[in-house]
Amino acid sequence: MQFGVFTVGDVTVDPTNGRLPSEHERIKAMVAIALKAEEVGLDVFATGEHHNPPFVPSSPTTLLGHIAARTERLLLSTATTLITTNDPVKIAEDYAMLQHLADGRVDLMMGRGNTGPVYPWFGQDIRNGIPLAIENYDLLHRLWREDVVDWKGRFRTPLQSFTSTPRPLDGVPPFVWHGSIRSPEIAEQAAYYGDGFFANHIFWPKEHTQRMVGLYRERFAHYGHGSADQAIVGLGGQVFMRRNSQDAVREFRPYFDNAPVYGHGPSLEEFTRETPLTVGSPQQVIDRTLGFREYVGDYQRQLFLMDHAGLPLKTVLEQLDILGEEVVPVLRKEFDSLRPAHVPEAPTHASMLAAAGGAKDSTVHAVDDVTGKAPEESR
Amino acid sequence: MTRRTLAVVSAGLGQPSSTRLLADQLAAAARDELVRRGAEVEIHTVELREHAHDVVNHLLTGFPPAALRAALDTVAGADGLIAVTPIFNASYSGLFKSFFDVVEKEALADRPVLIGATGGTARHSLALEHAVRPMFAYLRAVVVPTAVFAAPEDWAGDGDDSALRARIRRAGTELAEQVDRRPAATGPADPFALTTSFENLLAGRDPA
Repeated sequence: MQFGVFTVGDVTVDPTNGRLPSEHERIKAMVAIALKAEEVGLDVFATGEHHNPPFVPSSPTTLLGHIAARTERLLLSTATTLITTNDPVKIAEDYAMLQHLADGRVDLMMGRGNTGPVYPWFGQDIRNGIPLAIENYDLLHRLWREDVVDWKGRFRTPLQSFTSTPRPLDGVPPFVWHGSIRSPEIAEQAAYYGDGFFANHIFWPKEHTQRMVGLYRERFAHYGHGSADQAIVGLGGQVFMRRNSQDAVREFRPYFDNAPVYGHGPSLEEFTRETPLTVGSPQQVIDRTLGFREYVGDYQRQLFLMDHAGLPLKTVLEQLDILGEEVVPVLRKEFDSLRPAHVPEAPTHASMLAAAGGAKDSTVHAVDDVTGKAPEESR
Repeated sequence: MTRRTLAVVSAGLGQPSSTRLLADQLAAAARDELVRRGAEVEIHTVELREHAHDVVNHLLTGFPPAALRAALDTVAGADGLIAVTPIFNASYSGLFKSFFDVVEKEALADRPVLIGATGGTARHSLALEHAVRPMFAYLRAVVVPTAVFAAPEDWAGDGDDSALRARIRRAGTELAEQVDRRPAATGPADPFALTTSFENLLAGRDPA
């Protein structure tokens, strides 16, 4: 089982002292959080992608490339990559490049983005959200698997004899998750390709997650990728911990009460009851998190949101220490002992390479040195 | 015998409230007519006052807490709806509007609805026609022709023979007729149900 953190990358005022970090500070804090994640033994760091204030991560592969150079083991991912407003050609290129630089420590999560005005900035329309996600991903999927692509669709200019470079590392494309809160079409999409499905599982009732994961598992089996319990599921989660649970509640409450997404609405206690948010002792977080498998089944990846709503970096790093030292080792052991042998781990570059029968150099040269022909002629 | 359910939404704020009193009388009139037509009737009443915080929380978080979820399911799953609001500032109350703002899209389409209102003076009575009826028309509900407004003087009327009583009976009968000519409600559509195939999605076709 993989454990990690995912960040939205919001620049939010600290409600306890009115301090507003700069973009520069926030970007550096995201790097510090990623480095800390590796230091305390977490497996995954995932960044959001946004193109509007108050968010900073508009260029995820720049951030992840930098983190890749400063880490050894950490798996770099996204939460989410906008498959609607990005050109799928550019996603194919950027993430293949990142995959080479990070020696395969890369996967990514597709998402649509729910901010209407962002779409037209990139020449799109939010009303086409689902069709964009379907068409763009289908192209991306081909670009990583076919050396030369001829393609025509509704939303971007046609491609003739196009080769996306660099080719995926060792001929193995990065593993892809599809994230959605409540769109059954996206669970269907993940199932169709045999990709992973990630349920946001923060800010929403567990029933959303349960229904979406249930649909994904059923359709994963329908498409013949394995049994329903072998489908690859990831969940979000949101926690705040102190040794003494009353201290956790007292310290987190002002951040909760003023948080951008749910602030000024339900009380901390109501929201804790209605959503997977857990504020309390490390043991409470362990117990709640172990309970997730009761409604989604055995799953492969757990990402925690640790750094939003204006929490200062120092506090976030303390939280990561607690997570890495006291929570994740117990969760790892417990989840592993509960998981039946036929339920796989999340695919990694190494496991996909083994499944493919080993590495192959997938470089596409301008002219084939055996036939002397250009790639499009040798098809 | 057909089973029919009537959902009653009352946005009265006082306890007891004249809005709830009117809602109950409208429900009883509709029930009596449905029973006369051979139906077995269940009445489920939603007092919006009890859900006021949850309605605001739903607006802010995008999902209903459990108690409000149950109230929304009651409204979406009923054969007929009786909706009664106090008139504030020449329109429905904010709480009444906010509640219907979080009712799922399509949940009231083709649903027979009887609207009623209360107010401090009869001069507010046309708010039913210029504010409440258009809102339900937008939701594609079937609003019965008789809307019932009760001013303080109406409650002082002469028992069963009062004009208000007659109007309540007529409105209740109209709602019962609309309910009676429709098949039993099947509840709201499941938002998590897949309504298309992946082949259609890939081909960019609309759901079949």
